[in-house]
Amino acid sequence: MAEIRLDQVAKVYPGGVRAVDRVDLVVADGEFVVLVGPSGCGKSTTLRMVAGLEEISEGTIAIDGRVVNEVPPKDRDIAMVFQNYALYPHMTVRRNLAFGLERRRRHRGLLARFGAAARTERAAIERRIEETAALLGIAALLERKPGQLSGGQRQRVAVGRAIVRDPAAFLFDEPLSNLDAKLRVEMRAELKALHRRLGATTLYVTHDQEEAMTLGDRLVVMKDGVVQQVAPPAEVYDRPANRFVAGFVGTPPMNFLAGRLEAADGCLRPAPGGDEVIGLRPDALAPLAPGAAPPPGRILLEGEVVTIDHLGDRADVFFRLDGREGLFICRAPARPPVAEGARARFTADPAAAHRFAAGETGARLGSASP
Amino acid sequence: MSRRRRRLLPYLPLALGAAVMLFPLWWMLVISLETPGRAGAAAAGGGIDWFPADPQWRNYAEALAQLGTRRWQGFLDALANSVVVTALTVVGQVLSCSLVGYGFARIRFRGSRLLFVVMLATMMLPPQVTMIPLFLLFRSLGWVDTILPLVVPAFFGNAFFIFLFRQFFAQVPEALVEAARIDGYGHLGIWWRVMLPLCRPVIAICAVFTFIFAWNDFLAPLIYLHGEEQATLAVALNSFRNQYGGLEDVHLLMAVSIVTMVPCIALFFVAQKQFVEGLGKGAVKG
Repeated sequence: MAEIRLDQVAKVYPGGVRAVDRVDLVVADGEFVVLVGPSGCGKSTTLRMVAGLEEISEGTIAIDGRVVNEVPPKDRDIAMVFQNYALYPHMTVRRNLAFGLERRRRHRGLLARFGAAARTERAAIERRIEETAALLGIAALLERKPGQLSGGQRQRVAVGRAIVRDPAAFLFDEPLSNLDAKLRVEMRAELKALHRRLGATTLYVTHDQEEAMTLGDRLVVMKDGVVQQVAPPAEVYDRPANRFVAGFVGTPPMNFLAGRLEAADGCLRPAPGGDEVIGLRPDALAPLAPGAAPPPGRILLEGEVVTIDHLGDRADVFFRLDGREGLFICRAPARPPVAEGARARFTADPAAAHRFAAGETGARLGSASP
Repeated sequence: MSRRRRRLLPYLPLALGAAVMLFPLWWMLVISLETPGRAGAAAAGGGIDWFPADPQWRNYAEALAQLGTRRWQGFLDALANSVVVTALTVVGQVLSCSLVGYGFARIRFRGSRLLFVVMLATMMLPPQVTMIPLFLLFRSLGWVDTILPLVVPAFFGNAFFIFLFRQFFAQVPEALVEAARIDGYGHLGIWWRVMLPLCRPVIAICAVFTFIFAWNDFLAPLIYLHGEEQATLAVALNSFRNQYGGLEDVHLLMAVSIVTMVPCIALFFVAQKQFVEGLGKGAVKG
């Protein structure tokens, strides 16, 4: 396995569009790093540059200490799993797995194809295929063609094709996005277990922040080709580097409140003015029962409940804050003490609030304080 | 009208059309089985029997034996020549057209669009225009009286089939090509191992059309091959005409013509499934 190092990497398309802008990133040996961001943020382009499928406009990419800017994909010792699996439809699963291995054997010239050495090598390839198939539970499918497989099985074969070559690094380009929700969760768990077992250096692209949070040792959050934050999932959630990251990571998204918090009647209330934006995660808010006194020192929000989404074990309460535009969300326990259309109060611990700069960058300023 | 009759109704014009199309074939078959006298009379416009009263099956053996000046040898030579020329032409056409089509579909290079348009423009050029320059070229290369002028051009592609291949290759997902690149294959490897196996319907179309054209081609072998032992079947058939262009043994000519047609018909039936699928694909994706 190997380290992947990106140094000031940029992709500039004709016409000057910078799809990826000066990305610095080190994926340590054996680490699982997830590139996450909305569509068009440059995450797939970054991955494709690492794979060698896209030319690098600026900067350098090194795999295992070797700069690979000019190295063709086949010589980078990487394997990639594609979003649409990219299995060869005319080949059986066995041949799909063997395709890359056979190429490496052929590469050694005509003589290497015949004789005892070639037979040994062919046997080694067969053994490797059987091992990989057993590891992924696809041994029974080896003689089938991709068209005869389900989505989950195809995904396993695609992963198998990457594993079988024992590459220095794995690259995944949204590999689960074509699966249904249930299968996606299952495959996610399998990928995680597989990574633990193989300890392979992995760079994984997804637009699904939940997938990113569960899989990655570290997340790289991107927007408009620029890296916004590189940190472990918990840190990205607890200490987002800016307003974009805070809004992108977490479901439902964070509530933002322009202004500042002012002490009044023993509580902290939002007040206009100041050049800050207060961020409150929906699960940091708690609805207050009608008539109950708000605990002193807590943030207090008042507004009208627009709708309540009952989700079984919990409920999402959407409310409109007095004098503010847009809806706020409170993730409350099941059967919250509020009613649709009625006025309600919500409280939050000031320590759970985030402060961001009001400008376009929205950089993190720290925890909330009056 | 009962439902059964209504269902059969569309088949009526189809059957009528098929009958019109099949009539010349039937006429050939009937004449090939007639006695020389009745066949000659029919060819002279005297009308034919719908079914020969006394089918002369030995006409076939006699016709094949009498092709050319050497008994049996003429037919066997012509058959071998036709097989060699047709096989090489089909192989050349499929390989060259698919390779160029792959290039236009998958390799981005400066001026590729212009080149593609120029390539398509060659379809507008009638073959009669290039016939004399080509003859002069091949003569200067010393290729006259060899099969090279019939076979070598097939290895340089054909605009229509290149277009067909290109359209097909352009539909293959890019990820498949990228996966093969990561697996260690270059453009030639991807063309041969990934693309060609995927485009069997287009290969079938290209092969069948080329086969029929090369097998039946009369003009090119007539221009470039002068010896009797070099003639292809289409040219050898001409030996049944006398020096004034008249037909004396029309029943024998028809018998050999039927034999000549058999491979084309057989090939069409064998490749029919792929062929129809390929035509449909071309129509939808083009």
